[in-house]
Amino acid sequence: MKQAKIMSEEDVNRTYLRFAYQFLEPHDNPSEPAVIGMQTRGVYIGRRIVSIIEDISGTKPDFGVLDVTFYRDDFRSKLKMPEVKITEIPFDLYNRDVILVDDVLYTGRTVRSAMDALMDYGRPRSIKFCCMIDRGHRELPIRSDYVGLTVPTHADEEVQVKVKELDGEDAVYVLKGRGTDA
Amino acid sequence: MPETTDYSFNQKHLLGLADYSKEDIEYVLEQAKTFREVLDRPVPKVPTLRDKTIVNLFYENSTRTRLSFELAQKRMGADVVNFSTSSSSTKKGESLKDTIRNISSMKIDMVVVRHESPGVPHFLTRCVDAAILNAGDGAHEHPTQALLDMFTIQQELGAVEGKKIAIIGDISHSRVVRSNIIGMKKMGAEVTICGPKSLMPNHVNALGANVSYNLEDTLQWCDVAMALRIQLERIEGATDLFPSLREYHQLFGIRMDHLEKYPQFTVMHPGPINRGVEMESEVADSDRAVILDQVTNGLAVRMAILYLLSGGVRI
Repeated sequence: MKQAKIMSEEDVNRTYLRFAYQFLEPHDNPSEPAVIGMQTRGVYIGRRIVSIIEDISGTKPDFGVLDVTFYRDDFRSKLKMPEVKITEIPFDLYNRDVILVDDVLYTGRTVRSAMDALMDYGRPRSIKFCCMIDRGHRELPIRSDYVGLTVPTHADEEVQVKVKELDGEDAVYVLKGRGTDA
Repeated sequence: MPETTDYSFNQKHLLGLADYSKEDIEYVLEQAKTFREVLDRPVPKVPTLRDKTIVNLFYENSTRTRLSFELAQKRMGADVVNFSTSSSSTKKGESLKDTIRNISSMKIDMVVVRHESPGVPHFLTRCVDAAILNAGDGAHEHPTQALLDMFTIQQELGAVEGKKIAIIGDISHSRVVRSNIIGMKKMGAEVTICGPKSLMPNHVNALGANVSYNLEDTLQWCDVAMALRIQLERIEGATDLFPSLREYHQLFGIRMDHLEKYPQFTVMHPGPINRGVEMESEVADSDRAVILDQVTNGLAVRMAILYLLSGGVRI
């Protein structure tokens, strides 16, 4: 299996910093955007962006964690039931500008489930989406508002976004010729 | 984190906790936590089982368990069919096997069954290929009750492991006790059963719990005191087994003065309570009792087990 590093720790951190400024840009009040990280790696990415926003503006935006397993449309195609992880949104979504954060945007199905899930928590004023890598191959009419890097890929390749908290390093890899679908 | 271990949940049915390993039980309880959170959402409903049809087959009366299962199913968007003996063809003499095969011809994915005969859920697994969930079979097992009891203990006391749990009352007629002893011992708790000799089964040591005939000693020892309902409907001539309900209450009922004397234990009860028999009415309503939390947790635990058994692709 061939593995190519497409983003180093420095690249990743620069992207986090850009995201932080982009999240703040349309708002007068730095606490206005509410950030929601999607399980699992989106949570760590979201948390990182939030702490940078706090460093820049002195205000910590609201942060929540979302697991979309209940809303997925594809879990029946797997042999095992996927493990459900914690969802925690400790603030009211009503009339908020919400930014969903995930590591990789692929078919768009996870984002679709996430929007359904958010609607069950309340009615946000707007939902925007932010991902580290957009790898193409969309199956639904969904696009990302904030993208770290757009990477054209083959279906048999895998994109891995690594975060220090789980994987010991901040980096992005493309794995080639895995032969199976992630 | 379970992500790094190679554990995977491989059960197809929930017939009893005897078939579940410690890891299986821990996994169900862990998953129940996430379902507990769903119940607190503004819209306490998820579409996870919207492609599933579930039949609730209740050959015996039940309020809590049936409502809890039905609500759990509806909270996850499943289609639910209810069956109870009083309004069905059982009265016309249809056998259990024919009933279940007919129901299963209607494309049912899961069956929740309660029956007065032990072993009925096992029997059903041989008749149909739906997932079978035991909601109580005779005096054998009542696994979801034990799971929700352990979940409640986890929530209230942090863990089941190492806890001293007393189960008080009608041991010989109770399926709750059997499932609880099996589950709690697997989870590393110490269990004592306590009650009058006439309400203990014959080979009481085979249950694997400590046995006590003295309520005071037991309450002094335990972290959790779980009172069981005196099952008047299962005891023919109840007064053959103890002189009167009043005497039972005096010897084995939990009273307010017990709560004051032994401030360490939490009060549980699987319901329905006979107030003034298993415990004084004030005890059931005191802040030491977690009886209503048990009911809420039951919903979360049943959602978790329904989810886990609903399966991926059919093979």
